[in-house]
Amino acid sequence: MTADAVVIGAGIVGAACADALSTVGLRVAVVESRVIGGGATAAGMGHIVVMDDSEAQFALTHYSQQLWRTLSPEMPAELEWDPSGTLWVAADEEEMQAVAHKHAYYVARGVNVEVLDAAQLADAEPNLRRGLHGALLIPGDSVVYAPCAAAWLLARAQLRRASLLADRVISIGRHSVHLTTGDRIESPNIILASGAWARELLPAIPVRPRKGHLAITARYPGFLRRQLVELGYLKSAHGHDTESVAFNLQPRTTGQLLIGSSRQYDVTHTSIDAPFLARMLRRAIHFMPALEHLRVIRAWTGFRAATPDSLPLIGPAPGREGLWLATGHEGLGITTSLATGRLIADAIAGRTPAIPPEPYLPARFPQ
Amino acid sequence: MIRLRVNGKPVSLPEGSVVAAAIALSGLDATRSSVRGEPRGPLCGMGICFECRATIDGQPHQRTCQIPVRQGMEVSTDAG
Repeated sequence: MTADAVVIGAGIVGAACADALSTVGLRVAVVESRVIGGGATAAGMGHIVVMDDSEAQFALTHYSQQLWRTLSPEMPAELEWDPSGTLWVAADEEEMQAVAHKHAYYVARGVNVEVLDAAQLADAEPNLRRGLHGALLIPGDSVVYAPCAAAWLLARAQLRRASLLADRVISIGRHSVHLTTGDRIESPNIILASGAWARELLPAIPVRPRKGHLAITARYPGFLRRQLVELGYLKSAHGHDTESVAFNLQPRTTGQLLIGSSRQYDVTHTSIDAPFLARMLRRAIHFMPALEHLRVIRAWTGFRAATPDSLPLIGPAPGREGLWLATGHEGLGITTSLATGRLIADAIAGRTPAIPPEPYLPARFPQ
Repeated sequence: MIRLRVNGKPVSLPEGSVVAAAIALSGLDATRSSVRGEPRGPLCGMGICFECRATIDGQPHQRTCQIPVRQGMEVSTDAG
């Protein structure tokens, strides 16, 4: 068969690429051998969050958040869209200085933010422990149920003639992909969006799998109002320690609480690491002691695709005509998926992108 | 025989039985309801699926397939 574009992988990034490419008039074929949104997408919290580790990260998350907000009125209920905002929690005076710094950063860039002192934080989230110093409130952040979002984006693309093939790509040729069934899809554009599994098809790609654990509770409506993330998360999540945990707690529209977060390099098995999961849960209880009495009903793991500089790979694969990369989003793939789809579609269609694409080009890494 | 109550209704059954059995004997198919209000009850019967949760002696979200019946237990299936 032939297609104008082949997307390898139907996670949130592949689905967003299919959606954006079909919007600019391309006939898209998506190849996914497993469940839609069953990889890193299912191992994400679905936190649509603006971030400021670098100007490039801010530009991508901010642009993508605007795209999510624009889409939100069309979303079906099962996407559980919830514009509940984020509280970045400061545990000490040093972290309160980081709050002030972030506040100034966001104000300068037109993002609505608010500083909460200790009393205001206690009032905002009564289940947090006493003795915290305050928080930065970002009201524009939101939450989406990512596996359903991936399925929905893909369904939108299918309404624009995109096809979904339940098969696995075994190799990428020049303007073609080969499938396990022996079939071949000829296409001038091939988009590799298979997260950490991109290495199977392109061994030299600079992504590493980074394992994460998540846990979810039974329903406790009213226990939590906004997503809470410890400011220490910024130190732990983007450091390059072999493993780290951070307090990251999210209210779901069902009343459930999604508990994160953890990161482990150099682990390949998918099973629950009980001592490590316990460490993550203890971190959450440290900030919110009442969690100890709630019932966790599921825990699971997944692998996120990490790059050396914590920015994704979006753009042409160096030296491979017609091959595009859309991976390496690590823990921000749900947020940045829509912007990724747009950047890829703009590049293929020859349109001017809304943000400079250079910081995300795969060519920034030596080949 | 162990005597307990499910939603206030007296049930008696042999020692060593689990609470899920008491709920079934009381005439109920479901131990709780889903987010969308659909009935939910025991599925795996071995403590993995968490579908059979109910409130036991005031403690919500207990896995009824794993907990043996005790004299005078109060079981409620009203919680979500």
